[in-house]
Amino acid sequence: MSLNYVKFTPGFDVFMPKEYRDMVEHGPFGKKTTVSQMGSFKEILEEHPMCAGCAMTLFIRLAIIAFPNPEDTITVGTAGCGRLAISQAAIPFVYGNYGDQNGVASGLSRGLRIRFGDQPKDVVVMAGDGGTADIGFQQVLHSWFRKERFTTIMLDNEVYGNTGGQESGMTVRGAVLKMAPLGKKFEKMDMVAMAKIAGCAYIATVVPNNPRRVESCIKKAVLIAREVGPTYIQAYTSCNIEYAIPTDQVMADAKTVEDDRYKFTEYVSDEAKAYLTERYGYKEFVQKPAAAAVLTA
Amino acid sequence: MDTTSIIGTKNRKEQIITDPRVMMNDAPRTPSFFTGSEVIKEAVRRANVDVMVAYPITPQSEAAALCGELFAEGYIGDYFRGESEFAVMSQCAGAAFGGARVFTTTAGPGTLRAMENFPMWAGARLPIQCIVTCRGINSPLSIQPDTIEIAYLMQTGMLVWHAETAQDFYDWILKGYMVSEEPDVHLPLALCCDGFFVTHTKDTVDLTPVEMCLPPYDPYRSPVPCMDMECPPVRMMRDPFVMKSNYISYATHASWQQEVWAAAERSRKHTIAWLDGLIETENVDADILIVASGTAVSQGREAIRLLADEGIRVGLVKIKTLRPWPEEELREATKRASHIIVPEFNVIGWLARELKATLPRTERIIAGPRVCGGMTMPPEIIVEGIKKALGMRSGVLAGRGS
Repeated sequence: MSLNYVKFTPGFDVFMPKEYRDMVEHGPFGKKTTVSQMGSFKEILEEHPMCAGCAMTLFIRLAIIAFPNPEDTITVGTAGCGRLAISQAAIPFVYGNYGDQNGVASGLSRGLRIRFGDQPKDVVVMAGDGGTADIGFQQVLHSWFRKERFTTIMLDNEVYGNTGGQESGMTVRGAVLKMAPLGKKFEKMDMVAMAKIAGCAYIATVVPNNPRRVESCIKKAVLIAREVGPTYIQAYTSCNIEYAIPTDQVMADAKTVEDDRYKFTEYVSDEAKAYLTERYGYKEFVQKPAAAAVLTA
Repeated sequence: MDTTSIIGTKNRKEQIITDPRVMMNDAPRTPSFFTGSEVIKEAVRRANVDVMVAYPITPQSEAAALCGELFAEGYIGDYFRGESEFAVMSQCAGAAFGGARVFTTTAGPGTLRAMENFPMWAGARLPIQCIVTCRGINSPLSIQPDTIEIAYLMQTGMLVWHAETAQDFYDWILKGYMVSEEPDVHLPLALCCDGFFVTHTKDTVDLTPVEMCLPPYDPYRSPVPCMDMECPPVRMMRDPFVMKSNYISYATHASWQQEVWAAAERSRKHTIAWLDGLIETENVDADILIVASGTAVSQGREAIRLLADEGIRVGLVKIKTLRPWPEEELREATKRASHIIVPEFNVIGWLARELKATLPRTERIIAGPRVCGGMTMPPEIIVEGIKKALGMRSGVLAGRGS
């Protein structure tokens, strides 16, 4: 519902839902907002039932602020903690079945493209590690192999948090959790490598304690997914309940995990680099002319 | 005055968008000799479908692939092969959430693999049409015709219709969208037929003109917001009900479940108008009635002919819609019968169970004959069942021993 093509008849705007007017007058609809302005505008995600100190909630807030065109964005997810927050945001959230978020997003993205053509309608999947790497694995991988044009974000807390702390494929080896009474027997799944093999045009791993980096990655991922191909962001979003992280230590834990197994990585395909540069004026991928080449010219 | 009607304008394939009543009831029909699978293709060609998702499983694979040809020809907006029936139905859901008219097909084990989606479709009020070409469900493995999957589909909240012939199929695919997409219905439709018997046999079917098509789906006639960010967005869920153990949470779920089933009830008036009634009857003043759906109706007709040769008069009730269930119609049609024979192509006899739960004087209802696992139903076994009910001697059927 971009403000570029929706104009309210004067006098009738008061009949729009207050939520919508708030998003236009005090929120991010129709204007650019950044994570560094947090606290000074009405956010798309405000109220939520998440636990105190939840890093996932912070990450979701940051991610939603980073959406380049929130007034034309639809989120898709599945069962998990994240869904409890995302479903209360002021943009639509589609919940299908357990683990089928990438299938739903495939159909949604295609249906919207048929109906709206080149007018961007951004589809963003946000699901947990269990939803993405375990029960949703087949549909996630196939959506990437099919080159479906939407963004997949894994909210990786390395555990089934919503169901009470069971081992997931993204849990690190050896962790003792419910359903892994002797410790997890196999390694944390390398979904980043699989995203690469399956042909994602943009892949990044991030932690929430660097808001501007999260913002930058989400923005690039959503823009690239509009035309180039599937994009994948894997975010460490700790579960301070199941991993017994004291509330005031959540960010310190994220830093420790970042140094250990969640170093910032970013892959941008050549096509995606050219697209961001030419379409959206990104400077970071422009090759600087080599000095020697200038001398010999 | 200028009109904004789309009737008379053209779609992406230069077909004329036609008033569906004119197209289905008044337009000239051309008799054509086609397999059931080809008939599915011809109906979809005229249905202005936006998205179709396909997956191979016998006996619907051919129809699903033929729809791919329609996509290649430009009649369908988008088409692809999903990775399993569960994925396909999720992909269909996504496209419908985005406001597209969606078509798909499945069968047997595929129906069960996809099953989690069907109550979700109904609950999300997605008017997707899913053709179900019924076949056996494991185990042991069978690809042969068997209607047992309909028993599961009837509990999902979807509309469930059971076609007898290819002509039913052709008309009902097109009419099905008109009923499904009504604002006071807005439910998915499982349009079932008996696999192979309908899909893989040729029949003469009267087709509507190829240059005519249905009006496109208008997602803004949906009773729930289309997920396209064109409706004024509000917080869809203030408080996620799923985690709450309180009365408001229960009441919200309960009222919505009731609303889904009420929507199926509200489809009656539209369905009666489009299908000319939820049931079809012949000679229901007879003392003996065959009540059936799908190709069991055809076998029943043949049994009636055989019995007529012997001077035994038997009436027929063809059930067209299983959801909504034509309770009043069936009570009326069977009120004079003293013997109600229910032939079925499945082991459990779901149709007889439904009838016993609905009709008075259940001792009249004879649950059978039944065949399953791909067996055919010779009319002779229906004849035998009727004679047995009447206390008559009947000839020994071949292969039955002694």
